[in-house]
Amino acid sequence: MTHLHSVMPTIGPLLPEIMMALGAMALLMYGAFRGERSTEGVNVGALILLILTFFVVVSGHGKITTLSGAFISDNFSRIMKALILIGSAATILLSRDYFQRERIDRFEYPVMILLCTIGMMVMASANDLISLYLGLELQSLAAYVIAAFHRDDVKSTEAGLKYFVLGALSSGMLLYGASLVYGFTGTVSFPGIVTALSSDSTGLGIVLGIVFIAAGVCFKLAAVPFHMWTPDVYEGSPTPVTAFFASAPKMAAMAMTVRVFIGAFPDVTAIWQQIIIFVSIASMALGSFAAIGQKNIKRLLAYSSIGNVGYALIGLAAGTEEGVRGVIVYMLIYLAMTLGGFAVLLALRRKNQMFETIDDLSGLSRTHPWLAFCLAAMMFSLAGVPPLAGFFGKFYVFAAAIKAGLVTTAVIGVVTSVVGAFYYLRVVKVMYFDEPRDAYEPMPPGIRIVLGLSSALVVLFFLVPAPLVAAAGAAAKSLF
Amino acid sequence: MLGLGILSGLLIVPLCGAAFILTLGEETEAVKRNARWAALITTIVTFLLSLAAWSRYDIASPSFQLVETHGWLAETIKFKLGVDGFSMPLILLTTFLMPFCIGASWRSIDTRVKEYFVAFLVLETTMIGVFCALDLVLFYLFFEAGLIPMFLIIGIWGGKRRIYASFKFFLYTLLGSVLMLLAIMAMYWQAGTTDIPTLLTHRFPVHMQTWLWLAFFASFAVKMPMWPVHTWLPDAHVEAPTAGSVILAGILLKMGGYGFIRISLPMLPDASAYFANFVFALSVIAIIFTSLTAMMQTDIKKLIAYSSVAHMGFVTLGLFTLNEQGIQGALFLMISHGIVSGALFLCVGVVYDRMHTREIAAYGGLVKRMPLYAAAMMVFTMANVGLPGTSGFVGEFLSMMGAFKANPMVAFFSVFGIILSAGYALWLYARVIYGKLEKPNLQGILDLDLREKIIIAPLVALTIWYGVHPSPVLDAFAPSTEALMTSMKTSLSNTQAAERAAAGKAEIAAR
Repeated sequence: MTHLHSVMPTIGPLLPEIMMALGAMALLMYGAFRGERSTEGVNVGALILLILTFFVVVSGHGKITTLSGAFISDNFSRIMKALILIGSAATILLSRDYFQRERIDRFEYPVMILLCTIGMMVMASANDLISLYLGLELQSLAAYVIAAFHRDDVKSTEAGLKYFVLGALSSGMLLYGASLVYGFTGTVSFPGIVTALSSDSTGLGIVLGIVFIAAGVCFKLAAVPFHMWTPDVYEGSPTPVTAFFASAPKMAAMAMTVRVFIGAFPDVTAIWQQIIIFVSIASMALGSFAAIGQKNIKRLLAYSSIGNVGYALIGLAAGTEEGVRGVIVYMLIYLAMTLGGFAVLLALRRKNQMFETIDDLSGLSRTHPWLAFCLAAMMFSLAGVPPLAGFFGKFYVFAAAIKAGLVTTAVIGVVTSVVGAFYYLRVVKVMYFDEPRDAYEPMPPGIRIVLGLSSALVVLFFLVPAPLVAAAGAAAKSLF
Repeated sequence: MLGLGILSGLLIVPLCGAAFILTLGEETEAVKRNARWAALITTIVTFLLSLAAWSRYDIASPSFQLVETHGWLAETIKFKLGVDGFSMPLILLTTFLMPFCIGASWRSIDTRVKEYFVAFLVLETTMIGVFCALDLVLFYLFFEAGLIPMFLIIGIWGGKRRIYASFKFFLYTLLGSVLMLLAIMAMYWQAGTTDIPTLLTHRFPVHMQTWLWLAFFASFAVKMPMWPVHTWLPDAHVEAPTAGSVILAGILLKMGGYGFIRISLPMLPDASAYFANFVFALSVIAIIFTSLTAMMQTDIKKLIAYSSVAHMGFVTLGLFTLNEQGIQGALFLMISHGIVSGALFLCVGVVYDRMHTREIAAYGGLVKRMPLYAAAMMVFTMANVGLPGTSGFVGEFLSMMGAFKANPMVAFFSVFGIILSAGYALWLYARVIYGKLEKPNLQGILDLDLREKIIIAPLVALTIWYGVHPSPVLDAFAPSTEALMTSMKTSLSNTQAAERAAAGKAEIAAR
């Protein structure tokens, strides 16, 4: 028995990933043998699998490493995995009706989402550069396929191709940076890198390595200056897929970013802090200013997500425990706001035609008061107006920045948030002040559930914020 | 009951009314009527509840009363409510004005009635919240949350340029406020808490105070509004529906003054003393410049809006005299202006509902057809001018007395504001009420009906009552003002002593 233990790694912490992998394969088999009739069953199966895994993830505790230290399960990885799983499950709920109406409801889609989710979970738990890359590639490859899932649609295939070419380039940069770091420190494991860097003076090679890694993660986060693909891919992909890209993979990318910089390079903050500050300011500014001219809601949400990544990165730039707590709270609230926003977008359907420009929202408060109320709550929340949840997200990242002395960054951040408020308000204006148009069809149940839950979180978060903030605090603590 | 006190009740009652109105069905005549009555009953219940709070309030004590604390964000950031001599009168003013606003909207709002009253009731909660929050984060939360309902009120039920006005209002205020948020965070890391009573006794380093003061100033100056960031106010006032203007002038503007007295003066005394002359300069410019601007207006609401800016100039002037008369006068002026300018906007609403225009030139000779209206308008105009015997006089007189003590030159220039205010207010009165009744469409105009009489009569009574007998309000302010003066004097003299000691040390070192 003891012999077996020395050969076999502990699989306890890997349980959620193993569950997901086995489940995904089983559903793939089921789909392959049942054919196209199986889509409904695979959808339900995938949803159940995601929910079960969610409960397995949140029931875990402690800090355990396994696979010779390549994989870590701690509070941070668990909270990020929980967010990833929520994002994926919500995507499946949002997709069902859309895919049926577009007649592209194939069983591969939920399976791809599951595979992508496994990749993201590995990213959140990676404790060395190799497992990190492994998770990232699994996630990316599945994502390229689902971006082009509407294969007869020119825009969708173009989005998939763009995403693939640029994504491969960025993965290459990340890999190159990782190999430089390995070359100069002699190890790929994060704790090993910390030890190597604390005893050694930092050379130019490490700086180069960190710069390349930063470029790679910025692409995955869609942060400026590596954001160019975002509006096109968001606009071209089928809308539920866009909702997915804007939610779960962002959580994973942020988890990976925080893990790399805080886990592997905590003692060389000076090297990466200025990169992150620059990226953060540039993202906030571009996200606010470029969104002003947008007419398409999907493109607007794309720029909004660029801006939001910028705000979350302020917390990382602080490089402190409070900062990481701010990042987690921000991402949690961002997830709810994004899913809610896309749920409203998917509800704008009349006679099998989707509407996606801002003008199509005209007078929505008269025709669909609750839908308009929910979207208005999302918009005010994205603008950071209290008492909505978005305010608390900004509150924690800015508070961390002030504590870390990044006052200039914080001031630029709040000023861009006022600029951003302008275009969020424009959406509210169109819905509430303009004349109504024809009513849209009633919402399908999946969209209703996602919209209801996310709006409830956004509107009522201020009543009992403490538990979620405390959970984020505990997760941040596990990194330091 | 859940450990909730009377102040939580004040926050919850309007929300319950709003929730009830939301449950009403499709907009039929019956639903509209029910929504109106529900809103009126809710605001009256809130007012009675605030009177109950007042009866439990000990007027002689300067400390925070009716305090209640609930767990919220963290151990150091709590959901803490309480009132003292500065906030209690403002809460009463808020709950007092709300039923009048509902009454003023009774007929003039006929589309989307449900949403309108929901927005107003939510707005009431946020306004009461600002005045009773005893935690800076909570204060900020309510301070900003009020923007959302006001944005909708101006944007949906406003006049022709309502969209421009609502955006300008929202973005101006937001830009000022976000800097205050950063200052609150900086205070949190310095003092370890955002609890207002604790922060009142905390001493911030002098160099830090300067920056904090400027950040808070950015927010309060916009809200006040002070020259040169007042330009959102005339637009918002003109475009807002009558009740919206009443709330803007009556309550929202007072939040800026309340912020100064609650945060800037007591927590940042050194910076306040340092910047006092700067505030004097802006106030005097506001008083003279906006009074002159008011004279040139052709729109009645715009004229009153500019006169509000001028009066707020007296408030900031009084607050930063840093002496007892000045501060008492400024606070009294806030209450008086809340009643008088609110009443003036209601009066404008009365003729606007009949004629659907606010152009001064469209009126004239109203006294012949509307004697009661002319009499009521006369009282409020005189109060706006600051005639002795009306509530406007007491506040302006006291704050100028304080200004004279602090800096006679400032007092000298601000007197012109009173002369000019007599100019524009009397000229407005003459053009609208007197003259010949020649306009054909004015021939059939009716005097105040019962609803309007009920709305305007209490305001007339109060304006005169506080003019001849201001002591109930001044007594409420007095203990808190005295406490503020004492604490400011100690901290200022402490700073001076520390500076002297530092200078002495430097001298010794130089030798």
